[in-house]
Amino acid sequence: MNRDNDKGKVLISRTIFLSGMQLFLLVMIIFRLYYLQVYQADKYKTLADENRISTRLLVPARGIIYDRHGNILAGNRQNFQAMIVAEQTASIDETLTAFKKIMPLSEDEEKRIRRDLKRNRSFVPIKLKDNLTWEQATAILLNLPDLSGVIIDEGLSRYYPYGDMFAHVIGYVAAVSDRDVKDDPLLEVPGFKIGKSGVEKLYEKELRGKAGNIKLEVNAVGRVMKEIELIEGEAGQRVDLSLDVRLQQKAYELLGEESGAVVMMKVNTGEVLAFASAPSFDPNLFANGLSSENWKELNSNEKKPLLNKAVAGLYSPGSTFKMVVGLAALEAGAINRTRHSYCSGKMMLGNHTFHCWKREGHGALSVVQALQHSCDIFFYETAQKVGIAKIAAMARAFGLGRKTNIGIENEKDGLIPDAEWKKKRFGEAWQLGETIISGIGQGYILTTPVQLAVMVSRIANGGYEVDPTFRKANEPQKELKRINVDEQNLELVKRGMYEVVNVAGGTALGAAFNFNGQQMAGKTGSAQVKRISMRERQTGVIKQEDLPWKYRDHALFVAFAPYDKPKYGVAVVVEHGRSGSKVAAPIASKMLQEALKLDATDKPVD
Amino acid sequence: MYKAYETSFRGQRLSFGEKFWNISFSYVLMIMLLGAIGVIVLYSAANGSWNPWASKQLMRFCLGFAVMFALAFVDLRWFLRYAYWFYLVVLLLLVAVEIGGHIGMGAQRWINLGFMKLQPSELMKIALVLALARYFNSATLQSIESIKGIVAPAAMVMVPVVLVMIQPDLGTAIMLLLTAGAMFFAVGVQLWKFAALLCAGAAAMPVAWHFLHNYQKNRVLTFLDPERDPLGAGYHIIQSKIALGSGGVFGKGFLGGTQSHLNFLPEKHTDFIFTMLSEEFGMIGGIVVIAINFMIIAYSYFFALRSASYFAKLMTVGLASSYFLYVVINISMVLGMLPVVGVPLPLISYGGTVIVSVMMGFGIILAANSNRMINIGKDQG
Repeated sequence: MNRDNDKGKVLISRTIFLSGMQLFLLVMIIFRLYYLQVYQADKYKTLADENRISTRLLVPARGIIYDRHGNILAGNRQNFQAMIVAEQTASIDETLTAFKKIMPLSEDEEKRIRRDLKRNRSFVPIKLKDNLTWEQATAILLNLPDLSGVIIDEGLSRYYPYGDMFAHVIGYVAAVSDRDVKDDPLLEVPGFKIGKSGVEKLYEKELRGKAGNIKLEVNAVGRVMKEIELIEGEAGQRVDLSLDVRLQQKAYELLGEESGAVVMMKVNTGEVLAFASAPSFDPNLFANGLSSENWKELNSNEKKPLLNKAVAGLYSPGSTFKMVVGLAALEAGAINRTRHSYCSGKMMLGNHTFHCWKREGHGALSVVQALQHSCDIFFYETAQKVGIAKIAAMARAFGLGRKTNIGIENEKDGLIPDAEWKKKRFGEAWQLGETIISGIGQGYILTTPVQLAVMVSRIANGGYEVDPTFRKANEPQKELKRINVDEQNLELVKRGMYEVVNVAGGTALGAAFNFNGQQMAGKTGSAQVKRISMRERQTGVIKQEDLPWKYRDHALFVAFAPYDKPKYGVAVVVEHGRSGSKVAAPIASKMLQEALKLDATDKPVD
Repeated sequence: MYKAYETSFRGQRLSFGEKFWNISFSYVLMIMLLGAIGVIVLYSAANGSWNPWASKQLMRFCLGFAVMFALAFVDLRWFLRYAYWFYLVVLLLLVAVEIGGHIGMGAQRWINLGFMKLQPSELMKIALVLALARYFNSATLQSIESIKGIVAPAAMVMVPVVLVMIQPDLGTAIMLLLTAGAMFFAVGVQLWKFAALLCAGAAAMPVAWHFLHNYQKNRVLTFLDPERDPLGAGYHIIQSKIALGSGGVFGKGFLGGTQSHLNFLPEKHTDFIFTMLSEEFGMIGGIVVIAINFMIIAYSYFFALRSASYFAKLMTVGLASSYFLYVVINISMVLGMLPVVGVPLPLISYGGTVIVSVMMGFGIILAANSNRMINIGKDQG
């Protein structure tokens, strides 16, 4: 029994040990508490806020785009959508039935609505119908007593009042796609639209504005409990363009059903006044989501309405290139103002014959007369004398052969060939024959209408390197660099262009006008789409009218006015228009007349 | 044994007045403090409303308080006398619930008394302590230290543990097991036996794992890696840690706990109430609750050590350990130190049976303390 006396002692010592252990464990818990609530507090505070605060972006109103006189080219239109909040309805079925009496819903729509209602919590608004007009929205609002749980949500959608008239300049907005750079959280907002082409894309940063945000406290199931903070965003900035609605309208009017482009700009500032590519399309279709039928139709049209021909249409400049050749030759001293050249209608090089467009020949011509009559032989010879290198250099100085960087996507470089290019491209030596046909703007040479407008503007403004811009110039332009050409030589070329239009024998005599003593100077051009074969020359060239549309020559015309104090430059390309003088020149002429008429004020019309 | 100033002559029986003044009022005060904290936090849990929890909790606390006071006046020997009977009755109730649960719907763990639901498993925590205390009171140290001698008490433990386990109520089963373990340790069962049991348990793990319900397996796996299933089983513990951590030192203020009030914190009025308290009152609030519990447990052991009788000592150790296990398991669980096993924080968590059973335990501890001079022979009972 000796051992049993220890029973109490064992209990006491073990109890002391046990209590010590238990109390120690309790103290240890405090360390864990310290670790979580002091050491890691910041981490968990952030996590708690992430739980509790839901930040929603407030989409700013997109900037309005105006023409130079304050006409809205791209604006925002209120649009309404009807939503239903399940928990606020007396009965979902009753509300839907009542709603259908006002706004019919298709079976698919109703199926989607019921599915969304089932999938979301009862406080989440579900879209019933969107893109409602003001009238439709009002009809719903008037019947709200019968439509328990229906709310009307207001938003802005982009809208282009002039429809297809500015599609190729203004472009359009559309939903963000996977390819877009997500540099702004706004792009993640469902339904947010960004500029996808044209000015909408070019000035996206200014137009977009800054997102505001609203911080909401939400509970675990996402219900909004209260508003914590509201930071107003900044609406997008307005953008004032150099374009003139009236001239743009005129350009499309004049192009009519043709396929082509008109680019008109101020020769001294580069401000683009009209920028048309025909046919066009309605950008409103894109802003509201394009249907597949529309898309198919736009894509299959042989006149390519989606192609921006002003920047992406590549055309041989044809005879409109002759100013560049002439100027290069005058500068190089290969020709001068008095020297005449004889055109017999054809010219031999080796065993190849080059023809003038006038089979019987022009006889003796000075450079001015050569331009006036658009004599091919003169420029064959001139090109041969001056060489491709100098021609190419002059062409580049006048803005050909590289992008104007006007800011519209898909702009093409065009092509001003030279020996170096040919070596690189084909690995072959440059042929003299190639220089010769380059002399009349054929061969490898390719230009875009906007480049032609820049070229004619630079000729008109006395050789200043003006660049085209869509921005209205409010401040005086920065000093323009001058191209290194002799003023007198430039005057000769301009004289030639004057005579094209205003002196008997000129190729565009019919397009002449005299508006308060202001006259136009210009140059015709036709670009062969189909080469004239030897057989055809022998059997007689098929008349352009008899060729299928797509084989007809492109008609070109570049011009400026007034001749003595140039202000406006214009380039017109009519695809397969056959004749520069008959088709393109009248368009350019009417554009310039309109510009001069409006010029009297160049102020808003009301 | 006679001490004139402490006990009377009347066969070591205390008068009502003596019993009253023997009650440790500082102990009672600490219990009331915890009860009050519980009501305050439950008021906040209902977004600043007495309904549905705070008012009911207050009523139950009062009921528990009455039970505690009543038990504090009971003669110590009465507990000894009826220990086995009490154990037997509770065991039968457990069986009844088990059978009733099979007949009825789902895992029913309670008997409806009308004003509250009685969980026999909660009563078993006390009944087992009493029964073991009585058994070891009459056992010799030799038998305690022998293997044969602990077969009977081990069976007394295992029968209710298995019954509770199949309810299934893993938390209560573990608590019963650990409470009994503490008592076995206190009476002097050799450490190597615990070690052997632990090894056997570890060896049996894969088998036990097989018998666990899927949700129990999930709880263990989730404890080991809460990120495993952040929206499912891991959600509770992740949100609990966020709530606690974001409370910081001083908390977000009464009614200001965002995790709790926005319902990110699940079970905020029951198992995760300590989290809510620590979110709103910060580390300071958490430490206050831990400190009061520390004092209650320390006092209990002090009472145990100054009791004359072996039975009173061991019973108090058992009850104190049981209470300690509630506190330590619940808090460790919400702090992410233990798997979520569904153990409430007594006196603070919403729940009727727990309050009443814990208060019963306190009542018995108080009675033991009041009767600390009474000695009970080894063969008495």
